[in-house]
Order: sequence, then C-alpha cells, then structure tokens
Amino acid sequence: MNNFPWLSVITFAPMIGVLFILLIRGNPEVEARNTRAVALWTSLITFAVSLGIWVKFDNAIVGFQFEEKAVWMESLGLAYHLGVDGISMFFILLSTLLTVLCIAASWISITDRVKEYMISFLVLETLMIGMFSALDLVLFYVFFEGVLIPMFLIIGVWGGPRRNYAAFKFFLYTLVGSVLMLLAILTMIFESGTADITILLNHDFPVSLQPWLWLAFFASFAVKVPMWPVHTWLPDAHVEAPTAGSVILAGVLLKFGGYGFLRFSLPMFPIASADFTPFIFGLSVIAIIYTSLVALAQEDMKKLIAYSSVAHMGFVTMGCFAANQQGIEGAIIQMLSHGVVSAALFLIVGIVYDRIHSREISSYGGLVHRMPFYALIFMIFMLASVGLPGTSGFVGEFLILIGTFQVNTWVALLGATGVIIGAAYMLYLYRRVIFGELTKEDLKKILDVSPREIAVFAPLIFIVFFMGIYPIPFLDVMHSSVENLMERYHSALAAHDAVAILAK
Amino acid sequence: MSLAPFPALLPALPEIFLAIAAMILLMVGVYSRQERSARIVSYASIVVLIITLILVGIITDGRTLTFGGAFVNDTFGLFIKTLVLVASSATILISRDYLIMHGINRFEFPVLILLATLGMLMMVSANDLISLYLGLELQSLSLYVMAAFQRDNTRSAEAGLKYFVLGALASGLLLYGLTLVYGFSGTTNFDSLTKLFTSEDVDVPIGITIGIVFIVSGFAFKVSAVPFHMWTPDVYEGAPTPVTAFFAIAPKIAAMGLFIRIMTGPFGQLSGEWQQIIIFISIASMILGAFAAINQRNIKRLMAYSSIGHMGYALIGLAVAGQLGDTTTRADGIYGMLIYLAIYLFMNLGTFTCILLMKRNSRMVENIDDLAGLSKTNPAMAAALTIFMFSMAGIPPLAGFVGKLYIFQSAIQAELFGLAIIGVLASVVGAFYYLRIVKVMYFDKPEEEFDQLVSMEMNGVIIVTGAVTLFLILLPGPLLMGAAAASAALFPG
Repeated sequence: MNNFPWLSVITFAPMIGVLFILLIRGNPEVEARNTRAVALWTSLITFAVSLGIWVKFDNAIVGFQFEEKAVWMESLGLAYHLGVDGISMFFILLSTLLTVLCIAASWISITDRVKEYMISFLVLETLMIGMFSALDLVLFYVFFEGVLIPMFLIIGVWGGPRRNYAAFKFFLYTLVGSVLMLLAILTMIFESGTADITILLNHDFPVSLQPWLWLAFFASFAVKVPMWPVHTWLPDAHVEAPTAGSVILAGVLLKFGGYGFLRFSLPMFPIASADFTPFIFGLSVIAIIYTSLVALAQEDMKKLIAYSSVAHMGFVTMGCFAANQQGIEGAIIQMLSHGVVSAALFLIVGIVYDRIHSREISSYGGLVHRMPFYALIFMIFMLASVGLPGTSGFVGEFLILIGTFQVNTWVALLGATGVIIGAAYMLYLYRRVIFGELTKEDLKKILDVSPREIAVFAPLIFIVFFMGIYPIPFLDVMHSSVENLMERYHSALAAHDAVAILAK
Repeated sequence: MSLAPFPALLPALPEIFLAIAAMILLMVGVYSRQERSARIVSYASIVVLIITLILVGIITDGRTLTFGGAFVNDTFGLFIKTLVLVASSATILISRDYLIMHGINRFEFPVLILLATLGMLMMVSANDLISLYLGLELQSLSLYVMAAFQRDNTRSAEAGLKYFVLGALASGLLLYGLTLVYGFSGTTNFDSLTKLFTSEDVDVPIGITIGIVFIVSGFAFKVSAVPFHMWTPDVYEGAPTPVTAFFAIAPKIAAMGLFIRIMTGPFGQLSGEWQQIIIFISIASMILGAFAAINQRNIKRLMAYSSIGHMGYALIGLAVAGQLGDTTTRADGIYGMLIYLAIYLFMNLGTFTCILLMKRNSRMVENIDDLAGLSKTNPAMAAALTIFMFSMAGIPPLAGFVGKLYIFQSAIQAELFGLAIIGVLASVVGAFYYLRIVKVMYFDKPEEEFDQLVSMEMNGVIIVTGAVTLFLILLPGPLLMGAAAASAALFPG
C-alpha cells in the first residue's frame, strides 16, 4: 500500500461527510440528529485514518513522506503537492482529533442550524489538514486563507452578543497579513521559478530580498500566532465564538503561525531570520509578561484563557527563533501541548457556560461541592497550562527555556518570569471558580460532568500525561526533520558570514 | 481606375449573421401578435447568440483581416467574444421574469441586446479607428435605450438620460482623440499605426500623446474607471435590474477587449506615454471601489462600486502590458487580465441573478437589509450569494482568488510592487463590504421571506455560475489555456 494517497484521503474525507449531510432530509429534529451522527462518524473515521500516518511514519527519513503530486496550474508551475515531515505530522493529528472533540462537544449546545454548523466544521477540518500537508506555496495559501470563511461563519452565526464585531475583526486582521504574504509568495515564485516547497527549502534567496519576504510572511504569521501587539483580535474572537469555535481557534488555527515560522521563515529566509531574532525575542518577552499580567486582571474566563494563549504562544515564537534543537522541538511540543490544553480549558468553560450561561468568574465559586469530577478535570488542565512537571506543558516550556538560555540568557530569564505569573493567574482563577463557599442560588442545582463530557476529556487527559511523562515517541518523530532544518539554517548563515568576511 | 475587390466576408461571418438575424427578429416581433412576440423573440435571440458563438469558434483560425484591414479576427477576439456572447445570452435568460413583472416584456428588449452585442463584437474585432468607433457607437446607442427601457419609471428614464449625456460626452472625447491620432499620423489603420510607431523610435509628436490621453479617457468612461466613473452608481441604480446586470458585464468586457487591443497594438511601443495614466486610474479605481462601497445601502449601487473596483484590478494587467521590455511579461499582464475578466463574468452573472430574485409580494426590493436572515428563509440562495461574495473578495479557494492571483503575479513580474501592494490592501477594504452582505444574510434576524416563484432559467444560471465559481480552482486548465492562447495572439513573436 505504498502508493495509497494517505494525505489526500485524510484531507478530503471530511468533504464526503459534507456531501452526505447535504443529502439529509427530514423534519428538523431527525435532520439534526442524523447530521450530528454523520459529522461525528466522518470525523472519527478521518481521525482513525490519520493515526495511520503516525503508524507508517518513518522517523529516519529526513525529508517529506507520503508525497503526492499532480499537475494543477501549469503556467505558473503550481502543483497539487502534499507531504508531511516530522514538523507537520502531529499537527494533522491534532486537527483531526480536535475536530472529533468539537463535534462531540457541540452535541447539545448547538440546536440552531445544525446542518450548517457541522458542514462548517468539516470544511474547516479539510482546510486545516490541507494547510499542514501542502507542499506547494499557492496550495498552502489557498488552505491557509480558506480557513477564514468557515471560521467567520462559525463566530458570526453561533457566537455571542458581540459576534459581528468579533467575526469582522478576526477576518480583516488575518486578511491584511495574509495578502502581504500572497505578494511575497508570488515574488518567491517569480524569483526562484518554482512554487515547490521541497525545492524552496534549499533555495538561497538574494540577501537583499530576504528581509522583505520575511516581513511579509511575518505580517501574516504574527497575526495568526498572535504576537503582541497584533493579538487584540484573539480575546474578542474567543469570547464571542461558540465553545467549539474557540477550541479550534486556540487548538489549531494559532498553530498556523508557529508552523509557518518553522516551515517558511527559518529555512527559506535564514539570514533575515537571524537578523530579526532580537526583534522576535523582544516581542515574545513582551507578549509573555504583558499578556500574563493582563490575564491576571480578567473577569471573563474565556478572555483569561485567551490572554494566556497569547502568552503561551510567546514561548513558541521564542523557541522557534532560538534556532537550536531544544528550542525548536520545545516549540513544537509547546504548540501541541497548548493545542490540547487550551482546547480542554475552553471546553471546561463551555461546560459551566452550557449550564449557567455566564462566563463571568464572579458568578461562580465553590463548584467543588457540587462538581467534584469537574474540579478534578479542571485541575489537571490548569496545572498542565501552568507547566507542572509530569504534564505536557512542562516539557515544552522547559525545552524552550533551555534552548533560549543558550542563545540569550536575559530573554530566558524574562521568559521564565512568565511561567510564574502564569501560575499566579491560573491558580487564582481556579480558586475563585472551584473553591470557596457555594453561595450562589443557581449553582446549588448544577450537575457534574456527564459521561459524554468525560468521553470528550478522556483522550485529552491521556495526551497531557503521555506527552508529559514519556515524550520520547513525539520527539523521535521530530528529530531528523528538526536537525535537517537546523543544518540548513546554520549552513546558510555560515555561508553568508564567509561571504561577508571575504568582502572585507 | 480599378474597382476595389469585393471584401472577403468569411472572417466577419458571425457579425454578419448576427446583424441579419437581429433585423429578422425585429420584423418577427413587429408582425407577430403582441402577447407572443416577446417570448418567441427572446428565445430565438438566445438561439441566435449560441449560433453566433459556434460560428465564432469555427471560423477563427490564426489571424485574418478583411474589409481592407479594418476588421480582424484572431484568437484574442475569440476569447473576448465568447465571454460577451455568454454574458448576453445569460442576460436574456434571467431578465424575462423581471420584464413580465414590470409589464415591459416587449420584443425590443432581446433585439436591443442583440444589436448591442453586435456592436461589442465589432469593437472587439476593430482594426481601424473608424471601425472601432462604429462598433462602440452601435453598442452605446443600444445601451442608452436599454437604460431607459422602463420608460414609465422616472428613475429609469433619468438613468437613460444621464447615461446618454455622459456617454455622448465620452464618445466625443474619444472621437477627438481618434482625430488627433489620425491627424498626426495620417492613417487610421491599426497595423499601419503599429508600423509607424515602431519604426519612428524617437520623437512622438505631442498631438499623438494628447490623442492617446483623450482615447484613454473615453475608454475609462466606458469601463467606468475612476475618474470617469460618476455615472455608474446612478445608472446602475436607476436602470431596470436585468439591464444593470447586462451593463455590468458584457459592455465592460468588450470595452476592455478593445482597450487592450488598441493599447497593446498601435500604441504598444508608446507605452511610456500611457502606462502612468493606466497605473493611476487603476489605483484610483481600486481605492474608490473599496471605500465608496462601504456605506451603500442599495445593493445595485454597491455592485456599481464593486465593478469600479474590479475594473481597477483588471487594469493592473494593462499597466503590466505597458511595461517596456520583455514581451512575455507584457503578454502575462494581458493573460492575467483575461482570466480576471472571465471570472468577473461568472461572479457578476451569479450575483445579479440573485439580486433579480430579491422580490417580496411581487415587488422588487433592492436594499441590502432586505437580505436579512436569508440563510434561514432561503438557504440555497444564501449559500450561492455567499459563494459569490467571498469570491469577489478574492478569498481562496473561490474563483475570484484565481483572478487576483494571476493579476498580481503579472504585476510582481513587471516589478510594479507599489501597484500590487496598494491592490492587495484595497482588496482587504473591499472584503469588508462583501462580508457585510454575508453578515446580513447569516447573522441577522430573518425578514419576511422572498417570493418563492423562481424560474428554471434563473436557477440554472445560479447553479452553473455558482459551480464555476466554487470549483474553478480544481480544474482551471481550460480557462488558463484559452487565456494563454488569446494573450499570445496579441504579442506575436
């Protein structure tokens, strides 16, 4: 089965589900029920197939695996070209897993326009998987940008009271960055004569051009990550989006930026990347400290988690641009861990929101008396978010700090203070929501998590501990790809320095 | 003294056929019974347009000249004519309901469309300043009448008058430019002009430059590019909606075709004189199209500004074609432009068909707010309109993105970075108002339902254009090949 088109199947499997959903007819109740079932089964099957690529993945191969190639737009030299390496593989699994959980988590909370809702999520899944497996610049862009359409609808149709504002802000912010990246992509195609990422990874762009290309890509990825000061769309989008929308947004969409830095900025524009490293470090440190402090002052649970996302993604950008083995592997682990943990935290908020319809921290307190299981689950993910040893959060942050420390001790020091503030705001949140006296009337009848909800959290808890206690299987997959990236990056820098010395 | 030989008619066969057919249909309309005439003539017109399309496809073979070099038939013409004919026949299809509803279902309507289409085909095939003007005027005169077709309605009459006065002014400007060019060069034939300007490598007389400026102004009016766009919103709003749909597509594409032909042909070597003008009107159109549409309430006015913006994007391609040097780059500019125009045709056709379906209690409604909650009352139409809106905003994977991709690629290739950057930023602003329509349909509380009586023809047009817009990215090959052949025809060697 060597020629089995794994990636195409995984990418487009959700579209088959969409087709089935479109064919469903019946009275509203039956229609909604069947739609949910089809969506869940589609996403489960997609997830199961995507596990296949992990099983068949060969850790020893440096380049891309499961490659597929077909002619697309010949005149520009564009191809339908897919493939994965150690950097992108887990993100595909993350996307397929979170989609399953999102659909399960929306089982009863979404009753309005179920059909459109499920179609949006399945389309989103296709686009996310395609994004992580595209090996053609324009194909990548198509998936990268296409994500905006379903996400815009998800926030706008099923969102909270200020959903219009949030949906527009999300869409336009992201679009401004992306269109500049499109121009950079076109310039790269013109300059190098190819859109094939596997070739471009080893193409040396002129030194004078690199900063411009780097900045254009940065404009897009910085908004997606999001980095301070272009992060302001994130709290709005998170607060207004329905629970599952926040989960995908925090779990997968934010990873587009970090993935982009690793896939494009570092290997394709190494010299510009090196020049801009202090700039990135500066922004990352500001993001970590400033947004952690902002998170400390939040009254809204979702907003608090949104700001904590910005801080955690600050670690990611820091690790990426530390540009050493630990830093980059830490960044990838951190992204995966954050994808799982923040998704879980949003689901946790969603559970009480479904019951009480409030996200204000002040409307809770003493939940442990009525919801012991809930308190336990919340604690696990709260501690994972803080980065307690034994959870996935620790592995990522620790590796990133080690990596950064080798490059710049001050940045590592300042970054580490973020961990402390992070512990402060998460523990403070936990205390206010879970502990204390149960005084509020409407909380006295609140029910603990249902079996369906436990089923949603079980895989996430498993991953948090798996990655935290025994991260070797994850790291092994990345090693050769990251090493290859490092080698490429440092040899390009060395060559550049050699030329510079000769010029003197 | 010898008599001039009888010109070869074959290269102009489609035009000749269309002219004769239009006149026959006029007679049929006049002499058949009132109630039936409109129906017969409109279906017959569609058949005529399809036959014309087939004829165009059959006879085009390389580049052939006739009528003393005043008429040219080539692959470029084939491409533009195909678009024009598709647009015209689709307009007849989607207009019937509206015309019946407003009691103006008369046989003159399809006949006027046929005559306007004939004018457009002549424009596209013009190879002489005189045949250019003849084609343009035949088209314009038919359009003036069409704008005022709903003659009992003051808005329609006003639109017709406004269009006529301003259109006549633009024709005057154009004619003045043509005479200047003739006066300073001594010839009206495109091929002779090309030869003249290629051989004379220096010193273009000032009269030619001024002539070109006037000609560009005239065309800018016809394609409604800034600063000659003022008529567009008023005429779009006032004219009967099917007429607006027609205005937005076929004449624009034909005028662009002629614009391309004259600029890259006779004036191709003089691009130093006109490239800056094109860059300016392109930037101005993109920016105005993006910003002025934001506050519009009426969807037809919004579409007017949207089309101004789209023409700005298409003109990027012409600016690229004015970049002296490498002919491949110049051909790529036209290539991108042709792809853009073809996609523009499908998006607009679909959108206008949706607008024509906006009727409530047998009355047309035109405000954007009337679309509120359409996703609940009519999910299929809302989905279709959403596809068109995202496509117009240029969001992948929809067709509009493919158009923008090729246009911007050509701009990058010609190193017109400023133009490209302003273009993409304007497209972000433009995205705002397209999104607003999606927002109204999906996020807002439902209004009263639209009438459900929908004709088969309109459903068909929406399904076809929607499918093209949605799936073009999967199979762009045929369109790209057609455009490549068409643009190559303009730059031989």
